[in-house]
Amino acid sequence: MHKQLMKGNEAIVRSAILSGCRAFYGYPITPASEITEAAALYMPQAGGVFLQAESEVASINMLYGAASAGVRVMTASSGPGISLMQEGISYMAGAELPCVIADITRGGPGLGNIAAEQSDYHQVVKGGGHGNYRTIVLAPHSVQEMADLTALAFELADKYRNPVVLLADGFIGQMMEPVEFPQRAIEPRQPEWAVAGTAETRGNLITSLHMDINDMEQHNRALEAKYRSAERHEARAEEWYAEGAEIVLVGYGIVGRILKAVTADARASGINVGVLRPITLYPFPSFNFQRLAKRARVFVVVEMSNGQLLEDVRLALNGARPVEFLNRMGGNVPSHDEVLAFVRELAQRTSSTIRPSMEQEEERVAHV
Amino acid sequence: MNAEKRDRGLLRVDVDECKGCGLCVEACPPKVIGMSERLNHYGYRTATYAGAGCTGCGICFIVCPEPGAITVLRAVKRPADLGRRFDTAIAGASECTSN
Amino acid sequence: MSNELISDYEVSHAKPKAFYERYARKEELQHQTHFCPGCGHGNVHKMLAKAIDELGIQDKTILVGPVGCSVFTYYYFDVGNVQAAHGRAPAVATGVKRSRPESIVIGYQGDGDLSAIGSAEILHAANRGEHITVIFVNNAIYSMTGGQAAPTTLIGQKSTTTPGGRNAATEGYPLHVSELLATLEAPVYIERVGLGDNKQIAQASRAIRRAVENQVRGLGFSLIEVLSPCPTIWKMSPVEAQHWVRDVMEKTFPLGVFRDRTREAQPRPLPEPEPALDQIPRILGIADKDLPDGSSAKNARAEEVDLRVRVAGFGGQGVLLLGEVLAEAGLDAGLEVSWLPSYGPEMRSGTSNCHVRLSSQTIDSPLVTIPNVLVAMNEPSLRKFDVSVRPGGWVIYNGDTFPEDCVREDVHVLALPFTQMADELGDARACNMVMLGALLEITGVLPQANIDAALHRLVKHSKWLELDERALARGRELYRESMQELAYES
Repeated sequence: MHKQLMKGNEAIVRSAILSGCRAFYGYPITPASEITEAAALYMPQAGGVFLQAESEVASINMLYGAASAGVRVMTASSGPGISLMQEGISYMAGAELPCVIADITRGGPGLGNIAAEQSDYHQVVKGGGHGNYRTIVLAPHSVQEMADLTALAFELADKYRNPVVLLADGFIGQMMEPVEFPQRAIEPRQPEWAVAGTAETRGNLITSLHMDINDMEQHNRALEAKYRSAERHEARAEEWYAEGAEIVLVGYGIVGRILKAVTADARASGINVGVLRPITLYPFPSFNFQRLAKRARVFVVVEMSNGQLLEDVRLALNGARPVEFLNRMGGNVPSHDEVLAFVRELAQRTSSTIRPSMEQEEERVAHV
Repeated sequence: MNAEKRDRGLLRVDVDECKGCGLCVEACPPKVIGMSERLNHYGYRTATYAGAGCTGCGICFIVCPEPGAITVLRAVKRPADLGRRFDTAIAGASECTSN
Repeated sequence: MSNELISDYEVSHAKPKAFYERYARKEELQHQTHFCPGCGHGNVHKMLAKAIDELGIQDKTILVGPVGCSVFTYYYFDVGNVQAAHGRAPAVATGVKRSRPESIVIGYQGDGDLSAIGSAEILHAANRGEHITVIFVNNAIYSMTGGQAAPTTLIGQKSTTTPGGRNAATEGYPLHVSELLATLEAPVYIERVGLGDNKQIAQASRAIRRAVENQVRGLGFSLIEVLSPCPTIWKMSPVEAQHWVRDVMEKTFPLGVFRDRTREAQPRPLPEPEPALDQIPRILGIADKDLPDGSSAKNARAEEVDLRVRVAGFGGQGVLLLGEVLAEAGLDAGLEVSWLPSYGPEMRSGTSNCHVRLSSQTIDSPLVTIPNVLVAMNEPSLRKFDVSVRPGGWVIYNGDTFPEDCVREDVHVLALPFTQMADELGDARACNMVMLGALLEITGVLPQANIDAALHRLVKHSKWLELDERALARGRELYRESMQELAYES
């Protein structure tokens, strides 16, 4: 495979088409519009459907229709547009319809701005619509991952019959990096539950309506079981010098990249630091946190939002280790120097004020 | 029975499906549909065919909101000795409406 | 009357086959509908089912159900069923039909669903001329939720949210959906029918069949608005409600054909055959054989490369392209590269900058906060980024004189009127390439062959390509000249 320089947003569309996606419905919004534009260019050439909808409300419902018909389908948007799609996402989760939604985040709340923030975390990871449902959320941190995780997103969407969100910030969407694609395009099998306008599928029904209270509860229990299964099998994270690190830096997307750079410099100056980068935000890679907590003294969450990732890290650690927090908002990015200074200061502090880990305690006792 | 005197049409009312809205009674051009005195087991008075005079026009069927509450039959005109289902149809209709 | 004998009876009007025999999806009373006695939905359901039977399209039909009293279309219709969110049936139907063009997609909506919450979806589906059929049942009220006012509620009509009757001054006027949609260019067939008496009902049945048949013929968007009684909410007997449709409702909503282009409409052309799967990479421009083979360039590199460049200037100065050529050439040379445009509010406000990294190692962060080369294409950019340059790094500045307060002892500076130099070459817009030439000469990281390859990929127009090549060479020359001058001075 050969590498070529490409924007993250453009990589998503190519990967989607290679993954058998043949329908794209979207509404323009900065900084996700390149995805819609690339889909407008390539989807018809690949024999697929492209349509610019009248709103995000309409586009997500067009996804609902295409997914009902058994087609791999996607859309792309950003914060305010994702808010409008929440109705349809809830319906799709309820009706167990697969789709892929790329959320290239921007500043909020409200109109906010078009700079990169990570403030869609809650509305995407926690499921911003009504009812008991979850969306699977993948967080790429490079253009290559934009491509790879798009392919994974379609697989998971079909496997779990659930919407999957590709959550990336404006940086990952806008930047160009070398990327390579598989040279084989996939033709997915039409799912047997689809309503495809054929004799074989005539008896099928797509609905999220369950009038009987016991049916409704049973449906929710089934959804829960599905989410538990995803939690067991699909949690993914990257550990970067994290094994045995005393300070574990936590961040996703562009922040993950900055944390890697900081780690290189901090380790060069003798600080035992590593990075834990969640790749799936739901299911959250809690296992990695629990394992690293055995060695680590402290975790540092760095994010471009107001402590939204922080909440999940705290839940994952369940009080096992202290969690420090550094964030920027509004489109500001935690700078390399800023994070490095934070880590240096923390490294000095940890030796005296932060309780050593359980294993270290045990080791010390054993030596005595 | 003499075939030449028979009605051009017939109707059957499924008393389990009829909700007794009365639209067929209102709509029937020859006015041969009425409402039953008895309630069906959901508590509706149902439409009932007077038993004679149906022209087979089908208007009762079209105005009836229930998909299968009314079935209309039309006479087939051909030499009498070729058809033997006539009595069966009558029997079916009367069985339905008398419930 | 005639000599023929009545010898037999044949069923002439019976429950259409497009209905399930028994409504198994219903919890109870599975042989009758959930509609109230005298409700028009049942009639419309029958008409639609009859049309599906007559057209022989049961297997191909996909019915998109609404939210409202008719939410349970899938209880009754033995066709493919998709239940949509409130008002969104036209969008859902669009998604189905576009991916399954051979199917017959019918949207079924009430007046709250279609004319209020779903007003945008129906308007745009109609305006796009989606090849769908929409059955719009208008009973001038929200029935399922208990009788609230709808956009179609008549002036003076009482509802639970217009207890004194609808007042035009505060609640506006009844929305005429058919007339509104008939102002659009795309729809093929729009008719308003009623269920007010026998004659109206017969016409409604014909209209619904036509609207479905239009889709079978591939003609385009058809909508039938059906004025329909709701005896329960209107607090009338079924017969009174039927007459109210004819005697009252019809005065506000006149019946008739508002659009009929079925004669002149052309059947939709067949979709183009899909390309073969093995053609997809080529279509996407990612087929290996169309891409340069970077592997040969990845031979052993003598020195480590870690170039961190910030390019800044005004929009239109070619800031982003300068960075792109550099990154593309780096990739061509087998280096790890990243290119990140300045992103955010700045994008639209006239200033522009980008981060470029070229490295022999994996690139951790694509953000260049401490550049070792700054290309400042104007003074504001210099002032903004000058302080960030790593000691020992370079500042390449486009200006006659370097501002005194920006002078740093710990960085190298190449300050020249690059715009003027580019102008002398033929076009001031080539300034970015002159500056890139200087950067390449200073850093010496990339062989000229890689630059040429990158330039050929990114600059398609031969006139510009030729100019850019000269500009790059001029940039290199300018740096060498400045070094010679320095040598003379010292």
